[in-house]
Amino acid sequence: MNTKLILELPNDLREIEHAVEFVMQRCTTCQMQGRKLKLNLGVSLTEALSNAMLYGNDKDSRKRVRIEVIVGEHEIKARVTDEGAGFDPGGIPDPTSPDHLEKCSGRGLFLMRELMDEVHFNESGNQVTLVIRSDTDDDEAGGEADEA
Amino acid sequence: MGFQMERLGEVTVVDVEGQLIVGNRQKLKEKVLEQLEGGDRKFVIDFSNTGYIDSSGLGVLVSLSKKIREQGGELRLAGLNEDLRTLFELTKLDTLFKIANSRREAMVDL
Repeated sequence: MNTKLILELPNDLREIEHAVEFVMQRCTTCQMQGRKLKLNLGVSLTEALSNAMLYGNDKDSRKRVRIEVIVGEHEIKARVTDEGAGFDPGGIPDPTSPDHLEKCSGRGLFLMRELMDEVHFNESGNQVTLVIRSDTDDDEAGGEADEA
Repeated sequence: MGFQMERLGEVTVVDVEGQLIVGNRQKLKEKVLEQLEGGDRKFVIDFSNTGYIDSSGLGVLVSLSKKIREQGGELRLAGLNEDLRTLFELTKLDTLFKIANSRREAMVDL
């Protein structure tokens, strides 16, 4: 049976760590490797929330961020929505390219895409959906299978 | 969650406890820059007690690395667990930083 969780956060970066911890504690019913839960989901959700607060809501303390999480037996889906105008996710350069490697920002979306099984944005770009699955053949953080 | 800083000989060692993320990365930056301005030039940031680092945390490390280098100093990272190493490898920041297995190894290398 799926469990649904909905949170609304003030636009305050200090709330992120507690919110991520709260969500993770409620994801333990999913049959997922602990490392994948902690690293892949933990980091990706942190990225989604900080992007929503810093860029989506433009640090506006009057705005809020909504988190909806559906925890299934083998899949977790987390949707983060801000109150901003959205952005074009295609316009973010590759932070691993030599020109961008020494930049201090621009790695959040890259990490989400590397660590999650699926990352989708809505049309306006103010909502991101993260999907992670417990696939026994796909337990590595970067999504690659273990070699025997 | 916090940062413990100690001076061991010529080396300033910072222990990152908990997470290094968007909510606290500025505090780490301020602490290290304060020491840099005070004349310290050799730094080790020890992640033995760190859960995870987000992109903002990685960004602050890149920024500190540049500022320390500009002042003629050196920075080593140490104690990265498998998860943290994965993040550095995914972002290719393992090519930018000098990463030691342990605090002791980092200090010997400086």
